Amino acid sequence: MSQDDQNAGDRLQAFYRGLTQPRLTRQNFLRGSGAALMAALAPQIAQAETVTDWAAWWAKQKPTKEFVFANWPLYIDVDSDGKTHPTLNAFTKQTGIKVKYQEVIQDDPSFYAKIAPVLKSGQATGYDLMVITDGWYLTELLLQKFLVPLWREKVPNFDKYAGPSVVNPPYDPGNKHSMVWQSGLTGIGYNPKLTKREITSIDDLWDPAFAGHIGMFSDVTELGPFGMMKLGINPTTSTPADWEKAAAILQEQKAKGLVRQYYDQSYITALENGDIWVCMAWSGDIYQANSKGYKDLKFVVPKEGCNIWHDNMCIPVGAKNPLSALEWMNYYYTPEVCGLVEDYVNYICPVPAAKDYILNVIKDPAVANSPLVFPPESELARAHEFRAFKNYAEYQKWINTFNPIVQG
Amino acid sequence: MRQLRGKLAPYLLSLPSWVYLLVFFLIPLASMLGMALAVGDPLSGYTMSDNFQEFVAAFTGYEDAFARSFWYGTASTVITLSVAYPVAYWIAFYGGRHKSTYLFLIMLPFFVSFVIRVLAWEFILSDQGFLFGPLKELGLLPRNFHLLSTQWAVIGGLVYNSFAYYVLPLYVVLEKIDRRLVRAANDLYASPATAFMKIILPLSAPGVFAGFLLVFVTNVGDFVNAALLGGPGTYMIGNIIQDSYFENQDYPMAAALSSILMLMLMIAILLYSKVFGTDTIQEYAA
Repeated sequence: MSQDDQNAGDRLQAFYRGLTQPRLTRQNFLRGSGAALMAALAPQIAQAETVTDWAAWWAKQKPTKEFVFANWPLYIDVDSDGKTHPTLNAFTKQTGIKVKYQEVIQDDPSFYAKIAPVLKSGQATGYDLMVITDGWYLTELLLQKFLVPLWREKVPNFDKYAGPSVVNPPYDPGNKHSMVWQSGLTGIGYNPKLTKREITSIDDLWDPAFAGHIGMFSDVTELGPFGMMKLGINPTTSTPADWEKAAAILQEQKAKGLVRQYYDQSYITALENGDIWVCMAWSGDIYQANSKGYKDLKFVVPKEGCNIWHDNMCIPVGAKNPLSALEWMNYYYTPEVCGLVEDYVNYICPVPAAKDYILNVIKDPAVANSPLVFPPESELARAHEFRAFKNYAEYQKWINTFNPIVQG
Repeated sequence: MRQLRGKLAPYLLSLPSWVYLLVFFLIPLASMLGMALAVGDPLSGYTMSDNFQEFVAAFTGYEDAFARSFWYGTASTVITLSVAYPVAYWIAFYGGRHKSTYLFLIMLPFFVSFVIRVLAWEFILSDQGFLFGPLKELGLLPRNFHLLSTQWAVIGGLVYNSFAYYVLPLYVVLEKIDRRLVRAANDLYASPATAFMKIILPLSAPGVFAGFLLVFVTNVGDFVNAALLGGPGTYMIGNIIQDSYFENQDYPMAAALSSILMLMLMIAILLYSKVFGTDTIQEYAA
């Protein structure tokens, strides 16, 4: 078939799809952005029609043969051709449900900025499942009732296989609206060749011997808890008074010239280049740096503790294929599927039993035995959840407390 | 009728640009000013108010960042001028047949994405990188020396990224200068330095002026260089606006900061054109 024929075929298919399926039409899109403009000009936001009886809503839903999955780049297994995703294909084979997998989420704030105006105007986002990190943006979606409460009976595998670190998280009690896709630890990454000693404690981030070579995160959600853990405060249950104390000690760290920079994701380059010797770090990044050839870099969960974050699968209001999305969630929460994804992704797996599957069936001991991918219970016990905010005022208090450190 | 049409024609012809200005400039500007006056939060929505407290808070809360942005903007523009002028001069006067090749070479890096170029500098300037690493090995630089995370890295990044935007306007005016004027000056026993000061520099003043505006305005509002090459204490106002908008979701604050920045830039530009403005330039050139 020539290139032209193929294009024509694609166009025809697209045309039929357009005829048969409701999708985000241009008109809807314009209405959405028009509403966003109105919201900015005369800010009184029209609320979408609110569903109150979710059980009845779920009962009305009919099974569909597809769903749209919005995820972050490089966050699922890929075939050797780099394009197809074996787990998604296997799911389609087993259930007949096609997955439109879209890597559209670069970071939470900008993705939220994209979907919020659409949701606020009562339109559908076009996604049936999306992956959002716990933190203010997930809370904001929950507070505005933009996430569909899950029909838990449809996801029995979650109760069967989910690890203790992802069950009943503080940001979404009872997993009513979300299930974890992957988690990660924020601990300390360092280069022993440059620090010339092992790092074990958050106090090491305040060590004058490393002055000018210490990296901290610019994301204040991550930065604040490190100040608290140094002071022996549990960030998950902290109060605004605790935040002030933590801010003071972080400010002192900066004033003494210890901090090289407040980094976003670029800290990993700085660690690899040797610009910084010791830095707040994500476990998955250090694992990938190791396998890229930066073998010196090490990750440690400090004795005071570390942060744990979760990327969560959730269904936005207005989703057209919620039953298919639930079916996928149930499919994902098995050692086999999680194991396959995990062997590629290398963050922290929500299904602990996947470890045996990777070890015995996939036969990849490097991943299965890595404490970065399957951290021992003792380390997970020291991991603190982020402080879940009750409202915007609380979040703003947090921001106003910690922002001056990064922005000063 | 025909007369009327003749009178209306220029206005009708310029209609598209008026519509463009209205849609892409005036409406956003009005909504930004409106947002700066709003009170509320992203969850319950915003209502208009007549209080200016956000402006006061924005100005007093971030005066350091404003001052820093204007300092980085001025320093980087002056440095860019001093680097770009000789280059533009050389191309215009000695470039010969290859002028367009040289200009193309200057534009060449700009075919690569802005962020990639800044990231490349992060790599080049890294503490143990191929630039500073060997110098440190040889003992020419102290082991603790670093350029990244300092204000000079940020200013350097700004200079690098605005270089081409200064060379082009300078080249255009220098290229147009009548060479016979220079020859006449030489015939009248002017030294090369005097000829440059009295003929070339005044005649190229419009390019210096235009390039300065172009580069200064963009650099003051920049945030990429500070984010990637800076350290603690190099936060520019652009970074703060970005934080307020995306992370804090404090839209009134972001709008107030942007309005203040715009206002300050306008005042700076008006003062600048008053002093070095078009009138002065024409007088100078005449």
